[in-house]
Amino acid sequence: MTATTEINNIISEENLVYKKTDVLLDNEMHYCPGCTHGVIHKVIAEVIEEMDIQDKTIGVSPVGCSVLAYNYLDIDWQQAAHGRAPALATATSRLMPDKYVFTYQGDGDLASIGCAEIMHACNRGENIVVVFVNNAIYGMTGGQMAPTTLEGQVTATSPYGRDCATTGFPMKMSEMVSLLPGTRFVTRQSAETAGAVRKLKKAIRKGFENTREKKGLSFIEIVGTCSSGWKLSPTQSNEWMKENMFPYYPLGTLKDE
Amino acid sequence: MAKFKGAIVVDTEKCKGCGLCVVSCPTAVIELARGVNGKGYHYAHMANPDACIGCSSCGLVCPDTVITVYRAKAS
Repeated sequence: MTATTEINNIISEENLVYKKTDVLLDNEMHYCPGCTHGVIHKVIAEVIEEMDIQDKTIGVSPVGCSVLAYNYLDIDWQQAAHGRAPALATATSRLMPDKYVFTYQGDGDLASIGCAEIMHACNRGENIVVVFVNNAIYGMTGGQMAPTTLEGQVTATSPYGRDCATTGFPMKMSEMVSLLPGTRFVTRQSAETAGAVRKLKKAIRKGFENTREKKGLSFIEIVGTCSSGWKLSPTQSNEWMKENMFPYYPLGTLKDE
Repeated sequence: MAKFKGAIVVDTEKCKGCGLCVVSCPTAVIELARGVNGKGYHYAHMANPDACIGCSSCGLVCPDTVITVYRAKAS
């Protein structure tokens, strides 16, 4: 048997172990090659499919690269003003308590302009899931410094590296919200390896299960990459993230009640 | 001898050639092609298909979800 026939024999419906979920639409993603957003979209879609909640899930997309998330996930979406996704999600979940409401925000949206909204939504303990993608930079606008940019990191607006004496220190959002009594589940994950993606999937599933049980707010931070903003290749970005981001933003669950 | 034989199918026109599947593959099956797709990206393909064990690591890390994975018991 030649190698090609053997491969053709393996490629059949009964041997299928991994394929794109139907919750993800066929639209081609506009994200740069290697962007973590794609993986996170996929993981959320897989969780929605597994829990069979496609018709009961409402996403709130932010301003940033993921503003067009409604093109990729086949669920109901809303689009919030910059940073106001938790406020919109609060209204949605209070008006429709049987729905699964989640916000999908980047670090420029959640940690900078939307800092007040997320803090108060966490403090009130709204019954929503917050997916927070932290890549330490403003991606969409061209790689400017974000509140989560690491000390000494070079960006378009900190060309000599971030100087903490004038711009403050990188914000640890997960640690901040874990201190608030309203949050039930606070975790920090990543998505650079298959193992990390599996862990992330478990965390997001737990978040949606908390919503189902009306337990309160689940905050899931994902340390991601921005290869265009960091001016590195996708694989180099993952290495840079492991070396620089993980020591400052350690992975793990901070709160699970 | 591996207990399982695997194979992947890449949607080459949607692949952006980021190379994350290449580094995630534990058996070094995947490489970026010398040729390019319609968008000019060097798409991923199975360069060493005999070594594939169908672990689906590549599918999990692919940001554009262009990889479908199949696995069968080795005969």
